[in-house]
Amino acid sequence: MKKLAIGNYAVARGAYEAGVTVSSAYPGTPSTEITEFIAKYKEVNAEWSPNEKVALEVGIGASVAGARAIVAMKHVGLNVAADPLFTVSYTGVNGGLVIAVADDPGVHSSQNEQDSRYYAMSAKVPMLEPSDSQEAKDFTALAFELSEKYDTPIFIRMTTRVAHSQSYITECERKEVPVKPYVKDAGKYVMMPGNAKKRRFNVEDRMNAFGRAANTMAINFAEYNDREVGVVCSGGVYQYVKEALPDYSVYKVGTVFPLPIDAIKEFAKNVKRLLVIEELDGFIEKQLKVEGIKVDGKNVIPNIDELSVSKIRKAVLGEDIPVPVQTVVRPPVLCPGCPHRSVFSVISKLKLNVMGDIGCYTLGALAPLNAVDTVVCMGASIGMAIGAEKAQGREFAKKTLAVIGDSTFVHSGITGMIDAVYNNLNTKILIVDNSTTGMTGHQPHPGTGRTIYDEPTYKLDYEVLAKACGVKNVVTVGTMDLNAVERVIKEQMAKDGVSLIIAKEPCALINKTKKPNYSINEKCKNCKACVKLGCPAIVNKKDGPFIDSALCVGCGVCVQVCKFGAICPEKEN
Amino acid sequence: MNILIAGVGGQGTLLASRVLGNYAGLMGYDCKLSEVHGMAQRGGSVITYVKFGEKIHSPVIADGDSDVLLAFEELEALRWSHNVKKGGKLLMNTQKIMPLPVIIGASEYPENIIDTLKKGQFDFYGIDALGIAKACGNEKALNTVMIGYFAKVVGIDRDILKKALEMSVPAKFAEVNIKAFEAGYNA
Repeated sequence: MKKLAIGNYAVARGAYEAGVTVSSAYPGTPSTEITEFIAKYKEVNAEWSPNEKVALEVGIGASVAGARAIVAMKHVGLNVAADPLFTVSYTGVNGGLVIAVADDPGVHSSQNEQDSRYYAMSAKVPMLEPSDSQEAKDFTALAFELSEKYDTPIFIRMTTRVAHSQSYITECERKEVPVKPYVKDAGKYVMMPGNAKKRRFNVEDRMNAFGRAANTMAINFAEYNDREVGVVCSGGVYQYVKEALPDYSVYKVGTVFPLPIDAIKEFAKNVKRLLVIEELDGFIEKQLKVEGIKVDGKNVIPNIDELSVSKIRKAVLGEDIPVPVQTVVRPPVLCPGCPHRSVFSVISKLKLNVMGDIGCYTLGALAPLNAVDTVVCMGASIGMAIGAEKAQGREFAKKTLAVIGDSTFVHSGITGMIDAVYNNLNTKILIVDNSTTGMTGHQPHPGTGRTIYDEPTYKLDYEVLAKACGVKNVVTVGTMDLNAVERVIKEQMAKDGVSLIIAKEPCALINKTKKPNYSINEKCKNCKACVKLGCPAIVNKKDGPFIDSALCVGCGVCVQVCKFGAICPEKEN
Repeated sequence: MNILIAGVGGQGTLLASRVLGNYAGLMGYDCKLSEVHGMAQRGGSVITYVKFGEKIHSPVIADGDSDVLLAFEELEALRWSHNVKKGGKLLMNTQKIMPLPVIIGASEYPENIIDTLKKGQFDFYGIDALGIAKACGNEKALNTVMIGYFAKVVGIDRDILKKALEMSVPAKFAEVNIKAFEAGYNA
């Protein structure tokens, strides 16, 4: 059946058709939907793992135990999973093991635009890159075959535009692949020095064999046209090239690592000039230059931001790009009723230093709250608060908060908390617990007590956990009571030793119980205290703010910051 | 045909693109859509690309290559107007949603957007889609009003587009959406 599907659905479908039975992931844009779709197939045992490292280890375990497994993550998630990655490269697989990694060129929803292709080269793991949804499905299914044939884990590399674009796919039946027996094989799976040194040769042999085979794989091919310039490209960029330069000869690379070097050398002979058009770094270009192939690349094509048809036309043909109208920006905002707003309004008032973290609450860094000082990676808030305390002294810790979301805390905040206790520090940690993984679309996690299938499970108790780790001061407070939040934060900041504050209120998008709207009456002195909350429902006007009743969800936070009692339920005003 | 749909996170641009995608399917065209997820959905500026025709390569419309800009909000119409082809069409819902810099008083919402757009090298069409959707009984159906209006202005087969709409919405919302579509078409 032919249907429109996003690239991430196609990856899930490809894995399903290839007989996958185990799937694991931690949510991360633009990779999240792969696992959400896979979980809908009853033949697959899927899970949200606490982080990408565990997810990959689950995948490796499933593979060693004979199952075909797929693990999905965003580019920065691969950094977290890098430790098992570099060694599963040595052990190889039993059941096929596919790692789907989604890069985010243009930084649509990430903290950097790293080029994950380097992981393939560095860990010596083959990588396939599809250019649309049909290829995403086909390449994923093929990846399982190649994984088992070459005894290697294998990457499917997605980018935001391929992951989140829809194009037609044709679905096939699932091929049932029986789970192979579990076989003890210490020489292959126990990577201590003696064994690893031997397996190192297997890795080299495998990559050489894969590289030779790549030259004749159907997913690497030349399309000859005008032979003045031959373009080498891969992934979503191939589609841009076909539109921007329809008359050019093209070599489309399906295996971005290892490259089909001999086939590209042959292509180079048949065109006058060779040009690599690739997004982000000159990954393909550099490999071709090492092989002595004369090629243009990043001297023509930008290495920052995502590419587009227009940018390729500009770089290659010198065409102008229409200039956008300069006007007011519309940045993303914390939703009306968002519990993070109330926490950040208190932190702003107390003028604390804030080591921030990754999630919706990163938006607390924007005006007018301006409450977050740093954001680096998942879990960094706690480690950085520890480092800042070491740099500035113990008293600094009493003015500094590590603010971290519940899902992020489980992902990689717990070890930081243990570090703070272990090293006798004063670190103050605040979990903004909205009982979900918000930014990626509300996935459950170990702190929610629900699985990916929405089945009940043990709900991680942060208080018990913190106490077991030796945190002296542990307190939970309802997020929407500003006075209580302020009192608790002040109390904990003054204490010696590590503190953990859990500010609890479900995400406003989950908690749909609509409360009565508020409005502003004549008692308003136009002091703008409510405006400083940065709520999309409170609009600043010269003669005083007003509340947009279509947007207000009745959370009541603005009522608490108004000193004049001017904000009341709409029907009382 | 290249259609750029621009709006504010939460306005239903995604559904509009899926209706047009289903239309392309019914017509037997090749089609690609491109969406934005994650950070961009939190009340920020959101755009969705729809392309259909004999053979489509890039899922993203090249700058200045949109036949139609379907703008769900005035500031977003202005922001993406450079993307409309010379002689193309800009269809705008005449609604202003204040962005945060305006809400907190750090910036002014641009004045006279309609006058500015009327001077563009494209045909401008304005419609109170939100008002029409409210009159139909559900303000969320403003996206369907825009689709109906699009069908009339661009000359798309009404019945096929209506069928595509029915394919794209849950059965319980079909009635109000069809009503909104018709109201947009007849506006």
